[in-house]
This record gives sequence, C-alpha cells and structure tokens, in this order.
Amino acid sequence: MRPLLLRGGRVIDPSRGADDVADVLIVDGKIAAVGRGIPTPDGAIERPCAGQVIAPGLIDLHVHFREPGQEETETISTGAMAAAAGGFTAVCAMPNTDPVTDNQAAVGFVVRQAIRAAKARVYPIGAVSIGQRGEQLAEFGELVGAGAVAVSDDGLPVISSHLMRTALEYAKTFGVPVADHCEDPTLAHGAMHEGLVSTRLGLKGIPSAAEEIMVARDIILSELTGGHVHLCHMSTRGSVDLIRRAKEKGLRVTAEATPHHFALTHERCEGYDTNAKMNPPLREVADRDAIRSALQDGTIDVIASDHAPHHYDAKERAFSEAPNGIVGLETAFGIGMRELVEPGLLSLPNLIERMSTMPARIFHLPGGTLAVGAPADVVVLDPEVRWTVEASQFNSKSANSPFLGEELIGRAELTLVDGRPVFERAK
Amino acid sequence: MAGALHRMATEIVERNQGTDGLVIVGIQRRGVELAERVAALIEAAEGTTLPRGKLDITLYRDDLQTIGPRPIVNETRLPAALDGASVIIVDDVLYTGRTARAALDEVADFGRPRRVWLCVLVDRGGRELPIQADIVGSTVALDTRDRVEVMVTEVDGLDAVDVIRAANGEAR
Amino acid sequence: MTTALGKDLIGLEGLTRAQIELILDTAEPFKEVSERPIKKVPALRGKTIVNLFFEPSTRTRISFEFAEKRLSADTVNVASSGSSVSKGETLVDTARNLEAMRIDMVVIRHGSSGAAQFLGNRIRSNVVNAGDGQHEHPTQGLLDLLTLRDEFGKIEGLKVAICGDVLHSRVARSNLWGLRTMGAEVGICGPASLLPRGISELGVTMLPRIEDAIQWADALNILRLQLERMHAGFIPSLREYNRVFGVSTERLAQAPKPLRILHPGPMNRGVEIDSDVADGPHSVILPQVTNGVAVRMAVLYLLAGGSPEWATPGSDDR
Repeated sequence: MRPLLLRGGRVIDPSRGADDVADVLIVDGKIAAVGRGIPTPDGAIERPCAGQVIAPGLIDLHVHFREPGQEETETISTGAMAAAAGGFTAVCAMPNTDPVTDNQAAVGFVVRQAIRAAKARVYPIGAVSIGQRGEQLAEFGELVGAGAVAVSDDGLPVISSHLMRTALEYAKTFGVPVADHCEDPTLAHGAMHEGLVSTRLGLKGIPSAAEEIMVARDIILSELTGGHVHLCHMSTRGSVDLIRRAKEKGLRVTAEATPHHFALTHERCEGYDTNAKMNPPLREVADRDAIRSALQDGTIDVIASDHAPHHYDAKERAFSEAPNGIVGLETAFGIGMRELVEPGLLSLPNLIERMSTMPARIFHLPGGTLAVGAPADVVVLDPEVRWTVEASQFNSKSANSPFLGEELIGRAELTLVDGRPVFERAK
Repeated sequence: MAGALHRMATEIVERNQGTDGLVIVGIQRRGVELAERVAALIEAAEGTTLPRGKLDITLYRDDLQTIGPRPIVNETRLPAALDGASVIIVDDVLYTGRTARAALDEVADFGRPRRVWLCVLVDRGGRELPIQADIVGSTVALDTRDRVEVMVTEVDGLDAVDVIRAANGEAR
Repeated sequence: MTTALGKDLIGLEGLTRAQIELILDTAEPFKEVSERPIKKVPALRGKTIVNLFFEPSTRTRISFEFAEKRLSADTVNVASSGSSVSKGETLVDTARNLEAMRIDMVVIRHGSSGAAQFLGNRIRSNVVNAGDGQHEHPTQGLLDLLTLRDEFGKIEGLKVAICGDVLHSRVARSNLWGLRTMGAEVGICGPASLLPRGISELGVTMLPRIEDAIQWADALNILRLQLERMHAGFIPSLREYNRVFGVSTERLAQAPKPLRILHPGPMNRGVEIDSDVADGPHSVILPQVTNGVAVRMAVLYLLAGGSPEWATPGSDDR
C-alpha cells in the first residue's frame, strides 16, 4: 500500500489535546507522522485537506446490524458501509439478533462477516444472558475470547437485579463493561414518552421513571460490585442527575446518549410519525437540554447512534404497533454539528472526543487517537457543508429516519481503516 | 306583488273548486313566506283554516357532486296526512325546473297526494326539465345570464321582485 | 375533495368553533328526516361507504349504518371478526385495497390511536374516525355537544364534568376539545390512577371526588369503566369504584341544581352509574343515541361534497 499524506487539514486529536493545521502521514496502515510541512515520501499519495478536519475515526458503541436473522433490514456488510459513510471506523454491534449473539460461535460469525465486509470495524457485543432471556448468564469468558468487547442484553433490560449483580461481578474478570438498556418493564408499557403529547394523542406513555429506576439500580449495583456499568441511550434529566452523583462518588459508571435524544422532543410524535418512535422515547425539552448539558460537562461520556434499521413497511403501521428505533450512523455527526457545535454548546474537538476518543477509552478499543504508531483509523470531515438527508443516499439498507428532508451540517469525506479507504465521497 | 298573490290565491280556489283537501307547501326559503301569504289570503276569503307545510329540497338536489352540500339545510315540515290531499307547492321563481323536480320527489316520500299543483310568483323561462307551473304570478322571458331576485318582508325587510339583466345592470 | 370540514374527520382537536357549529346546525334538519314515514333522502345516492370496524362495536356501527342508509349511500361493512383483518400490517394493505376500489368514504374504528389519520393520509377517500384507540371519537363528542345544546339551549358557559376512566377514553378527549372550543367549562373527575398525565395543564377544573363534580357541574358525562382496568391494577375492584365514584340517586340529590346525565354507552349499571340514574328523569342517554344518527348524517353529508362556498345563495332555482 502506498503511503498516504493528508496535507494541510485541521488536525483534531482529543487524545493528545491537539487542534492545529497540520499534515498526517500514514505508512503501512499506521500513523507515521503528524506535523507541519512533512515532506512527501517517494510514491506517496498526497491528498490536500485544506478546509477539512482530520480526526481519529468516529466510534459508535451502540448499533444494531440485524444479521443474522433480518438480513432484509441490514447486514453486517451494509451496516459497516453505512458506518464508514458516516465517518465511523468502528462500531459495536448489539447481540439482539436472531439467533442471539450469546456464544463464541455467534461472536465469531460477526467477526468473520465484518472482516469479509472490510469496511468499518465491527466489534461484537455478547449477550449478558443466554438467549437474552434474563435467566442464565452467558459464557463471558468465551465471548470475550472470541472477540466480544462488552456484554449487554440491549433491546431488553436486565430485569433481575441478581443477574445484573452477577454480570457486573463476573465481567470484572474479563475487563469488559456491562451495557444496560435501562427500563423497568412493568412501568414501560407505552409507545412514547408519558406527558402532554401522549395524553393528546391517546398513546400509552412511558414515564421517565421507567428509565430512572433502572439507572438508579444499576448505579447501586455498580457501587456494590465495583463493576463497570455502561448505561445505554440516556434520555431523561433524572437519569442525568443520577449519573452525575454516581460520578461524583467515583463509581465505574459510563453513559451514552443518542443524537435523536439531544436533537428531538416528544412533540415530534404528533401526526403519529412512526419514525419518531423509539425506545427510550423522545422526551421533553428539559430532558433534551439536560442531555446536552451532560454532554458538555462529561456526565454523559459518549454519543452513540443506537442505529436500528427497520424494513420500510415495518414502520407503515399504526404508531403503537410500529417497531422502535431509527437508523443513525449516517446522520450522527451532522446532527451533532447542527445541534451541539453550531449553537456553541460543544466545540468541534469536544464533539470528536464524545464520538471517538471517549468511546475507544471506555470500551478499551484501539482507535480514538492520531498518536504516531496507532492504527490509521482516520476520518476526513467537511465541517461546513450543509446537506439534506435523503433516503436514496443512505448506504444502510433501511431509511427509517425522522431526519429525512432536514438539513444537517458536516459529514465525512474520507474514512480510512488501517490506512485503507473504506469510504470516499464521490465528487 | 300583492296583486299577483291575490290572483294566485283566487286561482287556487277556483282550480280546486273550493278549499277541501288543500295543503299549501312552501319551498325554503322564500317560497315558505309566499305560501303563508297565499294561505292567509285564501283563509280570509273563504273563512276556513288551511294546513301548511314547508319543504327544504337541499337533500333532494341532483347537483351535490358539482356544487357540494349547502352549509345550512333548512327545516322540512309537512302535515301528517298528504294522502289524498291537493298539494299546492309554492315557490318564488321557476327557472330550470330542478327545484320543482326535487320538491315533487320529496313530497312523494311523505305520501300520495290526490294531485299536486305548482304555484310560482315568477316564471322566467329557461326550463331544463319538462316541468311547468300551474299557477303563475307573472311571466318574464330572460336570458340565462339574467337573474331574478324575489324579496319578501319577512326575510328581506321589503317586498320586491328585481330583474337583474347581465347586459345593462339593474332594472325594476 | 376538500370540504368545510377538510377531507377527513379525525378528531375534534383542531376543528374551529364555526366548523363544529356547522355540523351541529346541519344535524338539526337530519333529526327530522328520522321522523319521516320514509326515513330516507337521496343526498348521498351513488356514494359508496365502507364501514371498517377493526374493533367490535354494535351501537356506533349501527348508528353510522343508519346514517348512511338514510342518506341513500351504498354501504359495505367489514368487521375484524372472522376475516383476516387483525392488526398493523393489514391496515396499510386495507388502505391500498380501498384506494384501488375507488371507495368514496371510509368510516373506521380501530384499536390503535392514530389509525384513522394513518388511513386518511394514504387514501383519497374521505375518512371518518369512528374511534381510534384512546385518541378520539369525534362523532360521539359531537352528539354529546348536540344533546347538551338541545337540553340547555347553548353550550357556551356550561359546566360539564367528564367522570371516570379519562386515561383510556377517546370519548373524554373528543368531549374535552369540543366543549372547550364551544366555550364550555370542562371538569375532570376520576381516580388519579385513571387520569392521563398532564390533563390538569389543559385548562380544566380538576374535581377529585364525584361529590365535587356533582356540586360543580351542569351536566355529568359519565364514562364507561371497563372490567379490564381492574385486572390491570388501575383500581382495586368495581365494587369499590362504585362506592367511591359511582353516580347514584343519593349523590345526585345533593346537587344544587338538577344535572343532566350523559353516558356514551354501553353502560355498566351498578359500576359507574346506577340504574335509577340511567333510567331517571335527568338522564339524556337515549336522546344521545337519537342525536348520534343525526350528527353522523351531518358529518357524512358535509364531507360528501365540495366547499359550501360554492353553493350560491339567492332565490333563483338552478
């Protein structure tokens, strides 16, 4: 592979606190040098990057790729392509496929399919319990041995406090976090956030308490066990308060928020738009604002897309019967720019930190850095371009997005994994 | 207008050979007031009491598809027994004949009169259906673009018949 | 075709006062049609209407069917029981089939909130919501308004208490919007476990106990309490519900003025309403049923044609 010199971009590397106009030289799939005026090596490809941002590739800790089981909706290959197009060099695939990723063979399948796709890296997340049934612990040792980077029953909460305690304790042996979908199922019989809008639409509501009860429990169990709990897709101001207090106590608690939860509110469900149906549901303005503040001060560590593709006709239903979730990989960065950077809530380096450096750090993944010698997982971003979200432009097999037709700011121009281009935007 | 109504009242009694079985039915809106006047004239002349009715033909129109529903459907109230009666349908203007056609349909849904007469204040010609009035206050031949407006005190505050010619504005 | 009411009637939220008045005024002459020897007018002759009932309903379906037949429309009933119609995915298929058959109007009852709007957004035919989940039941709201107007001569300034399981009630929502738009004061009375979140922010008077409602109101609209609510843990028992929230003659005797009693039916006698109240002198439950047909005729008639502005006033027959 010929060396690649990314010339004269704004190099943002939160892992080193760097934000300068510089060049990045990539040789043999690794970062070889970062600095100004790097001479072009013999045979190197030089790419001018003026006006563009060179950053460590984005990392998404929470995606659903539907393979095996629902390949008509997404495959590991199409999902990895969508990730690359969104500027992601690595994603973590949740285990709620059919069959569930609850054994080493299933984990190995994800790893192999990802290698075959040769786009963004896809790290499997193993199940907490066999079949995600919430009864018997999965074999974490074998899952991690086969390549799992975390365990989770996402899609479902770990209902049993005993099982959650055991999982947190047992996962410590292997140094992986337990990622929990926080929801008290006895409170969460609903189609959207419980509030004035659900009252008006006559839809059953999911109170914020359904999430907060489980967040509180998980924090308490983290304290009890010393285990690392990762709280998925936080959506309420109450959850933010609980996490803030846990972090003040120094507990091993990390948390993520999705672009839709910091961009949208429950009013979006008016007109029964099923692309506004997700779990946790879109909440109130005060919740959205609390999530934004939590991303500012680091109470919420990372942005994760919760990319959840659904076949087009699955969402063509009455609201209460439609499935939860939206695709997010190809819009996440543009939403972050529009909602957080443009209004001045986060700097661009902060956004990249929440979408790259921090995800790598909390799940112990390679990447998230442009340090010399690191694998060249790099994204070149155009931070200025305003573009309109169109279903036909998605690389994902699905297009269930509430952002269709909206204008976003910024997107990936070039995505490199191990120095190899996995996505380059057509001119 | 008063003279015309007198003549119409007289002719109704002559045609019916008295007031036996007479039912005076006005078509909403101004036909109702005209029917009331005619009935009162007959009652005064003959010293009797006549049953009245009012008919709103909106729901019987044949042009719902083209003009859409009228916002207000007025009251229809007919005496209980139309069977065997001599029904006088009173309206202000006879033009295409479609209102009269609808009125006949509606009356038929209330019973089987012995016979039905159509009585109008103004016949302006321009029929689109084979319908004619039996008793007419006055006849004018008008172009399709011309309009006739009948006003009655009860609704409009004055009695008047206006002929509005498309060509040269308003004339009375 | 867009009419004075728009293409569809999905709910009373969003209708203007003028639109609601138009429907109520149009219903007046239709009351008389049902008193005629031949209870039929040709207004909707040649129109085809499908009554699409995904949820069992006897009285609403019959009321719509009478309304359609008295307007001379051709009707087809599709009920969920016994057919392949069940849930979700068939709704979109049903919509496509109806569209392909060039139906003029669809009356839909469905267990999911938003189903009527879902259908209305996908077909050109007029859609009338006959109850969607816990969202709205606009013709019930309209017939309640008509009944109140008949009883009191006006709606503006009336105090109407909606009592019972407001959380699960589409009737409550339609009444709330309709009454507010028409200038009535709305009271809400029921166990807090059966009231929806945020209802107190909608400009209503909260009446914690049924005794409070009886003191406050001119009329009570008593909602049906379904047995399932007990099994789902919203209330401990029907017996206790009757003791605490049931409307009885003894309780009504404490009212400072005679109240009118409305109920959308079907009634659970001895639960939310005692028999002697339902059958008593203050009950307007049967006039509600009569008005139901008239209101539905008015809605169908108004949706059937074009804009009312097109109808030319004046005395020329045309």
